[in-house]
Amino acid sequence: MGEAIVITSGKGGVGKTTTSANLGTALALMEKKVCLIDTDIGLRNLDVVMGLENRIIYDIIDVIVGRCALKQALIKDKRFDHLYLLPAAQTSDKTDLTPDGMEKIVAELKPEFDYIIIDCPAGIEQGYKNAVAGADKAIVVTTPEKPSVRDADRIIGLLEQEDIEPPKLIVNRIRNHMVQEGDMLEVDEIVQVLSIDLLGIVADDDEVIKASNHGEPVAFHPNTKASIAYRNIARRILGESVPLMSFESDKGMFSRLKKLFSKSK
Amino acid sequence: MIGNKQIITIKGTREGLSLHMDDACSFEDLLKELEEKLDANRIDSADHLVGVHIQLGNRYLYKEQEDILCKMITSKQRLRIESIHSDVITKQAANEWKEEAEVKAVSRVVRSGQVLEVKGDLLLLGDVNPGGCVTATGNIFVMGNLLGIAHAGKDGNADAVIAASYMNPTQLRIADYISRAPDHETDGVYMECGHIDDEQEKIIIDRLQAVIRKRPGISSFERRMLNG
Repeated sequence: MGEAIVITSGKGGVGKTTTSANLGTALALMEKKVCLIDTDIGLRNLDVVMGLENRIIYDIIDVIVGRCALKQALIKDKRFDHLYLLPAAQTSDKTDLTPDGMEKIVAELKPEFDYIIIDCPAGIEQGYKNAVAGADKAIVVTTPEKPSVRDADRIIGLLEQEDIEPPKLIVNRIRNHMVQEGDMLEVDEIVQVLSIDLLGIVADDDEVIKASNHGEPVAFHPNTKASIAYRNIARRILGESVPLMSFESDKGMFSRLKKLFSKSK
Repeated sequence: MIGNKQIITIKGTREGLSLHMDDACSFEDLLKELEEKLDANRIDSADHLVGVHIQLGNRYLYKEQEDILCKMITSKQRLRIESIHSDVITKQAANEWKEEAEVKAVSRVVRSGQVLEVKGDLLLLGDVNPGGCVTATGNIFVMGNLLGIAHAGKDGNADAVIAASYMNPTQLRIADYISRAPDHETDGVYMECGHIDDEQEKIIIDRLQAVIRKRPGISSFERRMLNG
């Protein structure tokens, strides 16, 4: 029996879809059967990040209103045989998607897959409620910026009212040089305010943007920091204990000396 | 009427007249005798109002009955109602009183967009995050970080205080006073307490010890009785 995890944040643009795509990919790399569900009706883009846009025939609304069977709408990934995507609808009426419908779909997928990753739309309205309806667990994504942390706090408050496990936190798009200069919130500070368990931290990496444009999740290639971060998170989801990545850049002696002097000022 | 026993006894005191009303007769009988008493005893001096204290004993008056009684007394004579005292209250009023006097302990994190409202004093074991709000009709004590909004003395009790282990709030409100955080970023303070300063007529934050001196009754039950 699989586990349904909703990826949510409240605020838009913090990296929910990127996180969904990469966690899905990283879990698939570890031989897990994974299904990604895009619930952002009207603004679907998980398929674009995964590079599967040209394969879409049916979508989640088609399944809900009965135009096709669930199996027909699932798109098999081009890299893995055990990674699937259920795309969001682009044009259909979004009021067709209901929490009940969502629960049914997730319940149908659970026996088939190890993990079901639900990509939640931004906001706290109907779209959020739909996405959360079928989930057993939740992951809250935030960036080290005040508005984003504020919205994460709001969403954690709402998630606490749901019948799911306490949510876990991913701090995304950390720019180390800004944190060091005090222009960005520190991870510890964010964790203290939100008071939930930290699942992982991901550095802001140009490779992520490149990868999105190529339709190939960054986690697929092992050579970037973001990729390692996502893979580590996936391992933590599987229950391994993996230490947090250090952001100490390898600039060497000089920058360390500089830091030392700037602190003693 | 029950024999010769008087339903209403009038006594003159230093504070004015004191009307003791029998609590065993019906309200109609009471009004009837009151009317007779008022008609019989004319106060001639038309120059100043005389204060009246009404002692109801174990009688409970509904709001309408109270209005009728007051109207009769003030219209017949040059009298002014100073106080109405009854030895009994309704269960509902007693419950409200008890609620007002209680310290409610709550343990949770009040997150952005959430509002925690209590009657009486609030003892919060947890944080109030930015965007979160806690309100109480009495005092607010936060065993945690107060980073959002706290409103003490919500129904107008200006003696209420707001104390926190760590305080860096967006806003502090006490009764109808509001103070907000400065526009520049601040570090916040540990173990301090916000209260209304009578001289400056605004909310100030001071060390706990200093506030205890200014609000000596903060923990006593008498304060609660009076406020209730």
